Amino acid sequence: MTSSTTGAEQADELQAETGEQHVAVNFTLNGVTQTVVLPSRTLASDAIRHHLRQTGTHVGCEHGVCGACTVLLDGKPVRSCLVLAASLEGRSVTTVEGLVEPDGTLHPVQQAFVDCHGLQCGFCTPGFVTTIAAFLEENPSPTQEEATEAIAGNLCRCTGYQNIRAAVLRAAEIKRERSGGSPLGPDSEAARASLDAKVRGTTAPVGGKAGRP
Amino acid sequence: MTAVSHPSVPHATVAPEAPAETASAPAGTTESGRSFGKPIPRVEDNRLVSGNGRYLDDLGHGALAAAFVRSPHAHAHIRGIDVEAALELPGVHAIYTYEDLEADSPEMAENLPLLIPHPAITAPRNGYPLAKDEVNHVGEAIVMVVADNRYIAEDACALIDVDYETLPAVVGIETARSAEHTVHPDVPDNVAAHLQHGFGDIEAELAAAPHRLTLELEIERSASMPMEGKGVYARWDDDEKALTFWTSTQTSTSARAAIAARLGMAHNKVHCIAPDVGGGFGVKIVHPWPEEVMVTWAARRLGQAGIATEVKWVEDRREHFVSSAHERGQIHEVTVGFDDDGRLLAFDFSIWHDGGAYLPYGIIVLLNTSTQVLGPYKPRAFRVDAYSLYTNTVIVTPYRGAGRPQAVFAMERAMDAIAKHLGKDVLEIRETNFIRPEEMPYDFHLIFQDGRPLIYDSGDYQAGMDKLRKLIGWDEFAEYKERARAEGRRVGIGVGAYVEGTGPGPYEGAHVLVETSGKVKAATGLTTQGQGHQTSFAQIVADDLGVPVSDVEIVTGDTRRFGYAVGTFASRGAVMSGSAFHVAAQMVAEKAKKIASEHLHVDVADLELRGGHVCVVGTEPGAESTSIPLGVVAVLSNPLRYAFDESSRQATGFAGAEVDMSKPPVPEGEQPGLEATGYYSPPTSTFASGIHAAIVETDPVTAEIRVLRYAVVHDCGNVINPRIVEGQVQGAVAQGIGGALYERIVYDEHGQMLNASYMDFLMPFVTEMPDSLEMDHTVTPSALNPLGMKGAGEAGVIPTSAVIAAAIEDAEGIPITRMPISPSELFELRATHAASRNKENE
Amino acid sequence: MKPSPLTYHRPRSIDEACEILAEVAHEGKVLAGGQSLIPLLSMRLAAPAHLVDIGSVPRFDAISASPELGVTFDALTTHAALESDPAAAQVQPLLGRALRLVAHPTIRNRGTTVGSLVHADPSAEMPAVLALLGGAVTVRSVRGVRQIPAADLFAGPLESTLEADEIAIGASVPAARPGTGTAIDEIARRHGDYALVGVVARVQVDDGAVTSARMTYVSAGELGQVVDYTDVLRGACATDARDPLWQQVAELARETVDTEADIHATARYRSQLVAALTARVGFAAAQDAVRDDTRTPMHTGGHR
Repeated sequence: MTSSTTGAEQADELQAETGEQHVAVNFTLNGVTQTVVLPSRTLASDAIRHHLRQTGTHVGCEHGVCGACTVLLDGKPVRSCLVLAASLEGRSVTTVEGLVEPDGTLHPVQQAFVDCHGLQCGFCTPGFVTTIAAFLEENPSPTQEEATEAIAGNLCRCTGYQNIRAAVLRAAEIKRERSGGSPLGPDSEAARASLDAKVRGTTAPVGGKAGRP
Repeated sequence: MTAVSHPSVPHATVAPEAPAETASAPAGTTESGRSFGKPIPRVEDNRLVSGNGRYLDDLGHGALAAAFVRSPHAHAHIRGIDVEAALELPGVHAIYTYEDLEADSPEMAENLPLLIPHPAITAPRNGYPLAKDEVNHVGEAIVMVVADNRYIAEDACALIDVDYETLPAVVGIETARSAEHTVHPDVPDNVAAHLQHGFGDIEAELAAAPHRLTLELEIERSASMPMEGKGVYARWDDDEKALTFWTSTQTSTSARAAIAARLGMAHNKVHCIAPDVGGGFGVKIVHPWPEEVMVTWAARRLGQAGIATEVKWVEDRREHFVSSAHERGQIHEVTVGFDDDGRLLAFDFSIWHDGGAYLPYGIIVLLNTSTQVLGPYKPRAFRVDAYSLYTNTVIVTPYRGAGRPQAVFAMERAMDAIAKHLGKDVLEIRETNFIRPEEMPYDFHLIFQDGRPLIYDSGDYQAGMDKLRKLIGWDEFAEYKERARAEGRRVGIGVGAYVEGTGPGPYEGAHVLVETSGKVKAATGLTTQGQGHQTSFAQIVADDLGVPVSDVEIVTGDTRRFGYAVGTFASRGAVMSGSAFHVAAQMVAEKAKKIASEHLHVDVADLELRGGHVCVVGTEPGAESTSIPLGVVAVLSNPLRYAFDESSRQATGFAGAEVDMSKPPVPEGEQPGLEATGYYSPPTSTFASGIHAAIVETDPVTAEIRVLRYAVVHDCGNVINPRIVEGQVQGAVAQGIGGALYERIVYDEHGQMLNASYMDFLMPFVTEMPDSLEMDHTVTPSALNPLGMKGAGEAGVIPTSAVIAAAIEDAEGIPITRMPISPSELFELRATHAASRNKENE
Repeated sequence: MKPSPLTYHRPRSIDEACEILAEVAHEGKVLAGGQSLIPLLSMRLAAPAHLVDIGSVPRFDAISASPELGVTFDALTTHAALESDPAAAQVQPLLGRALRLVAHPTIRNRGTTVGSLVHADPSAEMPAVLALLGGAVTVRSVRGVRQIPAADLFAGPLESTLEADEIAIGASVPAARPGTGTAIDEIARRHGDYALVGVVARVQVDDGAVTSARMTYVSAGELGQVVDYTDVLRGACATDARDPLWQQVAELARETVDTEADIHATARYRSQLVAALTARVGFAAAQDAVRDDTRTPMHTGGHR
């Protein structure tokens, strides 16, 4: 499809309308290709939450400390409040929503949080979940100390962290139990198609006016 | 990265009491056993872990965005505001100042309200939704911009020019006391409130006491800092002339009432919903925030003008720092009189409380400090002389603990000082002073913060201490300390006990409805910020109605579902709404039995609710002639209804020959529907308690401080869900450790906040938590509510500063009188004390 | 907290980036990892009219390591990539040791080491490492390419000597030499925080005794200044921390390394940490040198 042309044209139109430079950004979000046209200064966190309506990722501080906004960029955790949406061009982003399997089964980390009472208000949780999911890909059998280190960059105000650390170890356990299931990001056609269907508005460019549907 | 090692520590010789069964059927399955007391997983979690929470900023994608111009000065007159350039900006829809409020209506032009009046408040002062002609703290809102999105709104704010005449800023308690400058021109001594109370003859007891000590103590300002800041989303319906607004609040009913009053609207035209809330910890109990007033008002105004019907404001973290609320800042002078056994004869307590620029929430924090200081003890005489002072800083309203941490710091440091003075063991001194269970209920003849008498209903403080002694390994510590000393390490142990008034009234209510499907829809008016109410309240209702927890849906904080409530604070959720749910569910159960008894021709006394049925005691739910499904009972309760589901089909089997035609279909005094609304309103608060201990290590060279072990024994009566309570305690302990060692709001003398970011306001990460956090509990059920519950939400944070201060003092041999304490401060204290010791030795 | 309006450029090559920068000069800023810059933009402490995002320039994140040339890395090489590069760890182990102290892993996944170097933050670890190792940054503009050695890189706190139209395209540090050990440590309020004080040390040891010792400081002293403690530490025992010379250098550091006060620490406390860490890290570097001796040398002519 001619998404990039349409995107660039949309960007010019919006610039003329609003007086502000817009960019078209093409990237993959939870396995689905997106083209989003938005003001060039838009933070990735805002693009994901408001332009693409994936509100599972939360914003706690907007200066990179709390970690609630953590998403996976090409599989690696980054603070989405410290990335411009425009910098997502050509990259692949996974958010907490994308960790749920196509049939609705929770990712081992998500299930572990439920099992271990690892969340109370749930606001910081998505940032922990993405961080831990990536961590377990690198280190599937962490020690208690490694589990502590893995979550050392995310703030939680509710839980006191004990149960979150337990959730890291429990998630490793669930992964082993399931063994072979739930990789990050779908890599099968059927899974990809199913995700496409789940995300409304799939591959068409999403309008750039923030706050308007 | 710190390079402190984590040496091994002594462990308790006796394993703590095993918690109630850790395994249980998942919430989604049917089960007929009692749910109360079971640590079942939370029903809200699947939704939240998969990113399907609905927090304030997840709503209203179509709304216009608001931002505020906030004062950069701590104290200033506003001479003029120029918004011309901002109005020109594309995407800006409206800009409002106080002038617009004044032109609108008397209600909008009024001060924000004093929510909790009290006779001791001598000079209440409050701000306006937008500053009128003066600003009294950095961060005070002056201008509101409404634009297409937040980016543009902030651009507009940057173009607004406010002309200030700066005034001297009053910052800090000492400066306020000196009254060289005033915050409010008509409050010459900066005193907002002067509270005095007590019992016994303090002067006589002090004079006669064999020993006297005076302590000067200080706790510095901290803040709730929930991970989600405040936010308001308002929607105006111009056809209905009705307003619906969502706000990240701890009290949607009160916010609704406040906004309805401001906007001059009837309650039934204003609804307020608390969505998923990302933490509150007290800061979200204040209402109406200036932003709640402004966003709802703007939505109506723009809606009536046909410009837009939705306005949303979401604060960013910096805004939260400078425009929400702080707490904890107090200076104390304590004089105690005691005898040779350490019995507390007199406790004379002077408090200077930093109240910030305004007093919207009254003096609740100060009331708590000045009453809860008594803790589990019974001094013969007690006197409080307390001042709440104005300063040109952010307002002070409750933060988890709400004045109790300061109180416990005062009392527990005094207890330790008494022990040191007499050369006695710190635990022994406390035991000497404990109120004993046989002395309960214990009436202090004082008025508590809920306006009711301060009467402890139950508690066994000695039992708590006995458990704690074992849990932390108190008796083995001396030996451990010696071994550590031989290795050149410094370790110390400290203890802190507290009593917490929980579940204050005036009331909470609940509505429980059984649908014809047999599923239960229930609601209460108070709110949820992570306490797991959807689960714990469902456990109560499920038990009363004999249905699975998964069949009970609980809604909280939505005035459309339940309109009478107070709010979530003071560890009252479980006690108040839990009890109300129980009352309402019991009413439903009684009604169900009554209806079933007529149709089964069995005495009500022989019936029970079990397995989703009303059935004869001892028989199988579902057996034909001895049970009726609850959903069918619901159909039967509403005789005029012709339903089209399975329940109604079954019901027709009951409706028929044996109807007494002389009686009306809806019996006298009854109402249709298998539902009930119940309320719980206690005469006094119910008093939870606890005692904590910590083992701390300090580095001899770098003065770094590390909590090695932390132990909690707490008593919150009967527990609905042990896992949820444990989580609450763990989280609160983390905040307590933060408050003891890391968190401190820093203002300079001009009233500029120097650490308004997470980089410089230090909240603990997992790595700052102790290696081990152990818990145990005692149970003294409350006599004040049917389920015997007491509050648990604040338990973990109340004695923490006292405990850690005591442990550091034990390690260092230096009096610790001021918290929080950082390694730098400890280092400087060491230097000061070494210098004075040298002076003494000369 | 949202950035001010800006014109965003996404050059596809370094040449293009240089051309854009040449045009916008003082009104432009280069965006690489963004971990330092974006918070400044969001807080509106910086509001450049133009942002040149070099993140899309292809093949700009290489790492090469050899005993002869040391470790070289590009503008887009993240801290995480450099930290986990096995060859770099072999050739110059101080890099990985220091990178592990930079913020948290999530920040390191995005933040670039070159970016950190030219950000010139006195509270950052990597500028102190570059200075101690005598590394250099390569910068480029329409006017050409030049090397800036560490000693000439820092104009002052948060100010590098790069011209407004220059882009840092890479950096390099020399390889570790046999008989030389390095170490870094810091003390922070919380794990992962900016250090209250940090010390980076490079010590040469011969026959178990120190023959030279140099250190740089994080959040103390002068940014980029290498302090030579050879005169004090010469002969200090590399395997016994109780050698009084280690205490002597600690006290010298306390007297001579300037510290400042802020809300987290008094100047005097920072000096205490300077003293403690100077001894601790110096000794650790000496021990590293001794350990190094026992390793199979991978350097040609690696005789100590």
